[in-house]
Amino acid sequence: MIHFVLLISRQGKVRLTKWYSPYSQKERTKVIRELSGVILSRGPKLCNFVEWRGYKVVYKRYASLYFCMCIDQDDNELEVLEIIHHYVEILDRYFGSVCELDLIFNFHKAYYILDELLIAGELQESSKKTVARLIAAQDSLVESAKEQASSISNIIAQATK
Amino acid sequence: MALSGMRGLSVFISDIRNCPNKDQERLRVDKELGNIRTRFKNEKGLTPYEKKKYVWKMLYIYMLGYDVDFGHMEAVSLISAPKYPEKQVGYIVTSSLLNENHDFLRLAINTVRNDIIGRNETFQCLALTMVGNIGGREFAESLAADVQKLLISSSCRPLVRKKAALCLLRLYRKNPDVVNIDGWVDRMAQLLDERDIGVLTSSMSLLVALVSNNHEAYWSCLPKCVKVLERLARNQDIPQEYTYYGIPSPWLQVKAMRALQYFPTIEDPNCRRSLFEVLQRILMGTDVVKNVNKNNAAHAVLFEALALVMHLDAEKEMMSQCVALLGKFIAVREPNIRYLGLENMTRMLMVTDVQDSIKRHQAQIITSLKDPDISIRRRALDLLYGMCDISNAKDIVEELLQYLSTADFAMREELSLKAAILAEKFAPDLSWYVDVILQLIDKAGDFVSDDIWFRVVQFVTNNEDLQPYAAAKAREYLDKPAIHETMVKVSAYLLGEFSHLLARRPGCSPKEIFIIIHEKLPTVSTSTIPILLSTYAKILMHTQPPDPELQNQIWAIFNKYESCIDAEIQQRAVEYFALSRKGAAVMDILAEMPKFPERQSALIKKAEVAEVDSADQSAIKLRAQQQTSNALVVTDQHSANGPPPTVPAVGPLTLVKVPSTSGNAEHTSEGQALTQPNGTLTKIDPQTPSEDLLGDLLGPLAIEGPPGAAVQPQQNAVSEVGGVPSAVDGAAIVPVGEYSNSVQPIGNINERFYALCLKDSGVLYEDPYIQIGIKAEWRAQHGHLVLFLGNKNTSPLDSVQALVLPPAHLKMELSLVPETIPPRAQVQCPLEVLNLRPSRDVAVLDFSYKFGECEASPSSSSEQISSAYISVCRRVLSSMEISFRPPLKLQEVVRGVRPLPLAEMANLFNSFRLMICPGLDPNPNNLVASTTFYSESTRAMLCLIRIETDPADRTQLRMTVASGDPMLTFELKEFMKEQLVSIPTAPHGPTAPPTPPVAQVAQPTSPVKALTDPGAMLAAEWSFEDFGLVTRKKSVNGSFLVLVMDGQSLASFRPNNKAEPNK
Repeated sequence: MIHFVLLISRQGKVRLTKWYSPYSQKERTKVIRELSGVILSRGPKLCNFVEWRGYKVVYKRYASLYFCMCIDQDDNELEVLEIIHHYVEILDRYFGSVCELDLIFNFHKAYYILDELLIAGELQESSKKTVARLIAAQDSLVESAKEQASSISNIIAQATK
Repeated sequence: MALSGMRGLSVFISDIRNCPNKDQERLRVDKELGNIRTRFKNEKGLTPYEKKKYVWKMLYIYMLGYDVDFGHMEAVSLISAPKYPEKQVGYIVTSSLLNENHDFLRLAINTVRNDIIGRNETFQCLALTMVGNIGGREFAESLAADVQKLLISSSCRPLVRKKAALCLLRLYRKNPDVVNIDGWVDRMAQLLDERDIGVLTSSMSLLVALVSNNHEAYWSCLPKCVKVLERLARNQDIPQEYTYYGIPSPWLQVKAMRALQYFPTIEDPNCRRSLFEVLQRILMGTDVVKNVNKNNAAHAVLFEALALVMHLDAEKEMMSQCVALLGKFIAVREPNIRYLGLENMTRMLMVTDVQDSIKRHQAQIITSLKDPDISIRRRALDLLYGMCDISNAKDIVEELLQYLSTADFAMREELSLKAAILAEKFAPDLSWYVDVILQLIDKAGDFVSDDIWFRVVQFVTNNEDLQPYAAAKAREYLDKPAIHETMVKVSAYLLGEFSHLLARRPGCSPKEIFIIIHEKLPTVSTSTIPILLSTYAKILMHTQPPDPELQNQIWAIFNKYESCIDAEIQQRAVEYFALSRKGAAVMDILAEMPKFPERQSALIKKAEVAEVDSADQSAIKLRAQQQTSNALVVTDQHSANGPPPTVPAVGPLTLVKVPSTSGNAEHTSEGQALTQPNGTLTKIDPQTPSEDLLGDLLGPLAIEGPPGAAVQPQQNAVSEVGGVPSAVDGAAIVPVGEYSNSVQPIGNINERFYALCLKDSGVLYEDPYIQIGIKAEWRAQHGHLVLFLGNKNTSPLDSVQALVLPPAHLKMELSLVPETIPPRAQVQCPLEVLNLRPSRDVAVLDFSYKFGECEASPSSSSEQISSAYISVCRRVLSSMEISFRPPLKLQEVVRGVRPLPLAEMANLFNSFRLMICPGLDPNPNNLVASTTFYSESTRAMLCLIRIETDPADRTQLRMTVASGDPMLTFELKEFMKEQLVSIPTAPHGPTAPPTPPVAQVAQPTSPVKALTDPGAMLAAEWSFEDFGLVTRKKSVNGSFLVLVMDGQSLASFRPNNKAEPNK
């Protein structure tokens, strides 16, 4: 299973964290600090796997962002590597050529999408189309709630005029 | 693209991004947090939208690494919002901020359940996602049935069911009983017939978890997995959107094959045949392609297929096909594939009769040992280690040795350990083994643990043929200009034992050997000097006929070290000096070491536990690790009682006795925690917070331990005499856990505790790694204590945890203890104490730390977890206003008192801050003392004590105690009784002459506060009268002045008369 997902920028800034195993706040901070040290210092053209505290961390760099997932030692590394890519493709499709800035200002979207992709540290959906459809549906739900709210407030405003 | 704008959030993020430095960022974040806090406080003014926005801001701030605990509640409360947008935010932020152990989650269970069983599909999805991500045991118990219903319901849409499947998987991990319902297995099998690939993928993950625990129940799922695999492999009925770079859902393929690996075999021949067809197709049909993602996905499937083939123990042909494939992989340039090739080849080693074909790739694997990528080097090392046997040991070990000089530090320890083990296991001849180990020490001394050289000594001692060779080799190394200290140790030892076998060779006369070894002495540390001294003694003994010049030289050295500060060195020097004058008798005493009993190599054991060791420190496995921490024992059992790790396990006379490392012996047999303490541990507060890791470790034991087990033998010897419980005030240090703890405290902790009862500062505890000092300041009932934690080592102490378990009458607050203490550094931890009421119970300080080699590579670093639990406390002594009725005044005749001269007793009283008031009592054999006791319940209260001694029999005395509080009177009386009966041995040391009590009282610094309350004055007077001072009082016309000093009280008697009989 995937124990956690981290998105770290090349400067070591955290862009997203998702923990599927229980880590305390303190441990989380420690893990992030330790792993960014290990991963950011790795040169290019090395393999995408790092052995770390009896786990494996599968990571991949996309432009200035490192996507990392921590898995058990006997999990299938390449499978997870492609989950990362799958996630990136979905982000790319959603934002239209995604860049780090998209993920900074819309970090909540990255969380929504990740939740459609993984649950309990396992892959739940392998179709990009389905995920895109679900996220679009969520967005429209939020939008319609907003319109509703503003129309209600309009009505109230008019009534109290 | 619908990016719902939250302007406030975007502005905040921009602000943060524009901060030029971390300080500015912190300022901006603090400002925002302050804003959020106030907004949340007046919740009425918050619109749902604003609430949502603030919760997102919090998550962002949290990602920046700041603490947002105060907002957890807000995030959780959004879950129960009626509208989707807020609810969504509540769920997602909660599951990102909290973990399953968080209390707030409980508050949400009902809402979550309502969402799950409700009709609103989108709410169901949100709830299932959160439970699937952070659901804990409680969720498992209350929600599993509902989740299960959704999963198998025919009316639910796939988007709900796939989430339900993974949610159930999570709950199953938390509590495996959740699926134990009738007909579940059939339902599970039906799920595998699912057409929707999303649901199927999730269900397959669930199945993998189920069969990994219990495959027996799920045999009926096996053919279905094969079917799924066939469907995918043939690309039948797979929607286009579920193919990934042209490969039908590689993830589902991998999962199906993973599930199959949990069944021991496949019996049904048809099923087996079709599975092998699929596997064959995967093995043959996977080519390296240009597109990275396609290539990865295809190889993910291929490696899983390889694993399944290995598991199923396929025909030989298929196996050799696999080996051939792997051989190809380890030679490719693509690093991922090479890494996985090496890893899987290591797994392949477990399959019999492929070893020979793997050996053909040896050269290729050795190349990977020099790869720039450490991940790959590690795999190569593992593989080489695994494939080594008698036929190739020489080559592989020599390869490892060669690599050692260039290897990076992170790998050296592992590398040298592995080389040492292989050399031992597969040595074609023993002299080669000795060569290897000596080379190892020479090349990577810092990374060669003591076990390694202990082992070679063991071998040489047990093999006579080897001795001259080993001695000669050791001699050769000594000629090198700079050698590692471990080399000094091993060669000194070997030459001490066996150099006489070389006597006729050039450069090997006793004298020459002595000179060359002695040259090294100035360069070595204290742990090596004892070994050198033993070597000198042995050389001296072997020099026949005696060489007077050599003898004098060596004696001079012994003489020099006779006053060495290190006890081990001193003792050896003294003893060898004495022994070497005994002449012939020495021959027996210093004879060669007998053979060691055969035992399993400590190294191999170490390698076995290295995996456990490096396993991980994560939350999940930390608990498991605590249970297996015994596994860290490296050597045989006797190491448990071995000396502290810094001193080699070498007895002064027997020389190297047991090459035990003793360092890693770790028995955290907590159950015995309470059976060993020295009796001062009277109470452990059962309210230990169990979330705390340390609390986890100790909590249960503390409760298990019978509270009455406190009085312990050591202490009994003394305390039984007086028949008093040995509870003591002041600081008690209790090493909970046996003394077999590898870390032995230095000095008697009991004594330290007693000494601290008499002083305000001093050393509370000390072992080879750490020293804990304490300093106390009291101001009325408030105590300000500071713990000084000093790391004595050159490497940091990790996982430092301290927890104070206060007795009921003290309120204690320990400030944060840093997790790591840097090398040779001291940290201070303030501890605030508030005394609530009189009692003799002591507080306990639970202290633990971990000492590990920081540079060691994680997979083999030998960490020593040592725990010393120390109990500490210091009670405010003192007290009060005087008593009028019997319970306030108690009198008792105490027998069995340790005889003490009066002056010394007075001194003792003074050190308890019971100020002796000379001159109050006309009888020179009596002592009167007073003090003020401060606590929350009693406030400032005067206490008076009068001791009447019998000059004829100093072992008995009459004690009268009075104060304004019956409990205080009783406690104080009991306390004094204990102190008088079991006075600690030499609290001051014999050299310090007791200061005359008069002197102490005569120097009241400045009376801070005169007790002006007339009632108290009266009381004081009354009490003095009560203390048999009536006559005196009359004589001085009632002019008593009681001065209460800050923190200590002094009843000073303003004497008009100078008739002072005392001295």
